[in-house]
Amino acid sequence: MTEKGNEKFRINFGPQHPAAHGVLRLILDLDGEVVERVEPHIGLLHRGTEKLIESKTYLQALPYFDRLDYVAPMNQEHAFALATEQLLNISVPIRAQHIRVLFSEIGRILNHMINVPAQAMDVGALTPTLWGWEEREKLMTFYERACGSRLHAAYFRTGGVHQDIDESLINDIYEFCDPFLKVVDDLESLLTENRIFKQRNVDIGIVTKKDVLDWGLTGVMARGSGYNWDLRKTQPYESYAEYNFKIPVGKNGDNYDRYLIRVEECRQSVLIMKQAIKKLKPGPIVTEDRKVAPPKRAEMKVSMEALIHHFKLYTEGYDVGPGEVYASIEAPKGEFGVYLIADGTNKPYRCKIRAPGFAHLQALDYLTRGHLLPDLSAVLGSLDLVFGEVDR
Amino acid sequence: MKKFKMPDTLSQEINNFELLNSFIIKRDIFDKNLIILIDQSNIINVLKILKDEEVFAFTQLTDLCGVDLPHEEIRFQVVYNLLSMNNNSRITVKAFTDNSNSVPSIKKIYPAADWYEREAFDLYGINFSGHDDLRRLLTDYGFEGHPLRKDFPLTGNVEVRYDPDQERVIYEKVDLKQEYRDFDFESSWKGFRYPENQNDREENTDD
Repeated sequence: MTEKGNEKFRINFGPQHPAAHGVLRLILDLDGEVVERVEPHIGLLHRGTEKLIESKTYLQALPYFDRLDYVAPMNQEHAFALATEQLLNISVPIRAQHIRVLFSEIGRILNHMINVPAQAMDVGALTPTLWGWEEREKLMTFYERACGSRLHAAYFRTGGVHQDIDESLINDIYEFCDPFLKVVDDLESLLTENRIFKQRNVDIGIVTKKDVLDWGLTGVMARGSGYNWDLRKTQPYESYAEYNFKIPVGKNGDNYDRYLIRVEECRQSVLIMKQAIKKLKPGPIVTEDRKVAPPKRAEMKVSMEALIHHFKLYTEGYDVGPGEVYASIEAPKGEFGVYLIADGTNKPYRCKIRAPGFAHLQALDYLTRGHLLPDLSAVLGSLDLVFGEVDR
Repeated sequence: MKKFKMPDTLSQEINNFELLNSFIIKRDIFDKNLIILIDQSNIINVLKILKDEEVFAFTQLTDLCGVDLPHEEIRFQVVYNLLSMNNNSRITVKAFTDNSNSVPSIKKIYPAADWYEREAFDLYGINFSGHDDLRRLLTDYGFEGHPLRKDFPLTGNVEVRYDPDQERVIYEKVDLKQEYRDFDFESSWKGFRYPENQNDREENTDD
């Protein structure tokens, strides 16, 4: 096998490997250092989320979404909340909509602050990771102050959000915004013109416009290749239509363009967050429909009906009526969708989770053929994978 | 940027397209979703039309999944969610199948269908004819059964543990220390349906 010109061999990559971004096993067919075929073995983190959801009420099903893409938990809940709201045909109070937008954008920054440095780490840079995690820490504190939990938020409920956020939190989020832009600039000063970073990322892992369609790539993967497609703009949900922001679009579809887009999206997210804070006016944060959202605790002390509603909601749950919908949001990683079939009982009949990472990882084989082995980890970094959502 | 095409408009366009219209058995509209039901033998034809015709241009396969309906005569459904970035529209295509019949694979039309079909095969045991690599995807190596079928127990059939005597991980039949508790709180009493608009009542409770 070691004769010159015939150095084909097969190696096993992962499932425990620092560059695998979680539990990913790859079977690599190599010719010397050139990758000939990649066969991802996924499912090592498969927990049967969809099956579990079928056995839970709609309210109990919601927290499973935090555990999919655990890097930006609230964005996932959002898709499920939208799906149930579409079936129930209820509207969300305006304050809750802006809170949702605010925390969705925090989620986007949370995601990009882990992905951009991770991509850098895959090609050898350590410092960005430390800086990125520091910002994530601040943002997770905001999560904690809003809902009591740093990661498993269960905050976006059907009909609104779980609890109101107070003025001091809103002020602190506002004060986070501008200094964060400085951190993004600093991060860019380490990477954007960095010789090594560019050598490892420019023209690597090129995705053409046709690939985007063929492989069902969404989000940054599609925008990197020149599609001006962002569900926040093209199919506005929540109150995104009121917001003023720009969609960064790439030209070359390589790793480097995707990196640049993510960095720019952080800046745009800050812009949206600032607008959301200005739009926040006092008001209800969850629908008044007591068949869907629980009454206030104080109300329960004096009203028998409120007590009954509370009891029924937390035992029987609610029924969204027969029907089926596909609701999708622009998650930081791409289009995250929930296809929900309701049969008129208190539990979902079928809940299919459309995770962007699943489609992206599938394209890995196609994207890395003919690349060198070290490029594989660079491409893997730019695909932005979290195995919680790929394996479900 | 085009505005999102509402399902009524899309449904009208399908009506105008004679050939496609003839394939459709049933159609439903839920909110922003148009759902069409077709016979599984027509899947390739229908998806080709939906992808290639400019009026539809559903060039991206967003999702493909199976659904188990054990009480129906034909047990499984395959659901295709398609997206058109050009026209900014979505459509859901559904087809029925059962254990003995296989669904034609659409891998040649949408390469992305590869893993989705493997997933549906893995979780539901739906066969896709013409798929060259139909293996399990999400479940364990050597897994038996199809976990998302309604008759598959939630707790599964086997569990793993490390056996110190044999010095390896072994598979055993699931042994629950406490029986799985499935509380069914669903009440047959759905409450009184008020004839008038519900909002009137809510406004009153506000003050």
